[in-house]
Amino acid sequence: MKFLCVECDQQMTFGERQLPGDGTLAATFKCPSCGRVVAMLTNPMETQLVSSLGVEIGGRTVPAQPLETVRKMVTTGRDDAFEETGGRADGPTGGLVWSREANERLSRVPGFVRGMVKRIYADYAKERGIGEITPAVMDTARSELGLEGM
Amino acid sequence: MRTYHQLTDPDRSGLAQQIGAARGRVAERLAGVRRIIAVMSGKGGVGKSYVTAHLARAVARGGRAVGVLDADLNGPTIPRLLEVSRAPLTADPAHIEPLIGLDGVKCISMAMLLEDGAPLSFKGPVAESFVWRGAMEASALREFLGDVAWGTLDLLLLDLPPGMQRYLELCDILAAPPAVLTVTIPTAESGDAVRRAMRAAVERGSELSGIVENMVGPEFSGTAADDLAKEFGTPILARVPFHPAAIVWDDMTSQFNSAFRIPQSAL
Repeated sequence: MKFLCVECDQQMTFGERQLPGDGTLAATFKCPSCGRVVAMLTNPMETQLVSSLGVEIGGRTVPAQPLETVRKMVTTGRDDAFEETGGRADGPTGGLVWSREANERLSRVPGFVRGMVKRIYADYAKERGIGEITPAVMDTARSELGLEGM
Repeated sequence: MRTYHQLTDPDRSGLAQQIGAARGRVAERLAGVRRIIAVMSGKGGVGKSYVTAHLARAVARGGRAVGVLDADLNGPTIPRLLEVSRAPLTADPAHIEPLIGLDGVKCISMAMLLEDGAPLSFKGPVAESFVWRGAMEASALREFLGDVAWGTLDLLLLDLPPGMQRYLELCDILAAPPAVLTVTIPTAESGDAVRRAMRAAVERGSELSGIVENMVGPEFSGTAADDLAKEFGTPILARVPFHPAAIVWDDMTSQFNSAFRIPQSAL
């Protein structure tokens, strides 16, 4: 998928992606010549078609997780289907602290996908030298990484 | 106005590259698997899962390393047939560990992931869900192949649901079409459905490894297996009686190993 600024005859560059959580997707593209920004807004069916392929518009923001599509998209999964091991989200996570509010928020994520979500947030924090995960950190990560519903 | 291929800057989303990378993960993960056999039949209710589970156990008892991927995502039965526990699947950042069933057979199945008795349901628009559901199931299948730590296996059996859809998805996901073991019951009706499936498999370039005729006995009459074997030049590897004794499978092991060209154990 590419966007062309017809007036400048320039290929527009990807700006950002937003997943508001209602099944839709917004992605912005900017003309490097005139600076015009356009937003591509996809309806739930279009968004779902892309999600069904296990790919992300705008490119991947986090490394592919094992059974990622299954864990993100199945709604009838067992809460205790997975036991996470070996990641930086494990145990004490090398000094990484989760605030009480962040833990409460995490507890509201369905158990089927919670371990994967926790790992993604922990990796995000580690990579940026963040010592404590708070709801604000989760919001920023969610926005930067485009984590719908996480 | 210039068109897509005239714009030379890379497509930032790289959707084709993302799909290619996913296929690459499958190829990498299956590099240690020496033979992949899809157990299929155009007909439902002929005992594909039963045959898959017992065949896997028999080959494993013969000293081979065997895995079973339950590709029947909507009606998974392999964990029960292999008496796999309901233990959680161990997930690390790179892979999922398969669970171990009877006779040491490695196994992955949607049944391990779903709430008891719950159907497989996905997030997404309910109306006209047929538009995206097939793609979603194909992604799940690809993840079962590419994200599960199969390790070194002599044989990976793929237990397919009735019909051809899952087989065609496999052909797109795997580097090469899988070899096929077909299961039929003796009836002419079964023969008709299985014939279509076998023709499709041949058209896609799959090797036909053989036929298992299941539920043989006075309950069903017909010559479906013989007819198909003659038509496709494929051996009948086993005729399983309606009330089989366990010994049947062990007796057939050397024939299966030969038909599937499974070499001596890699372990």
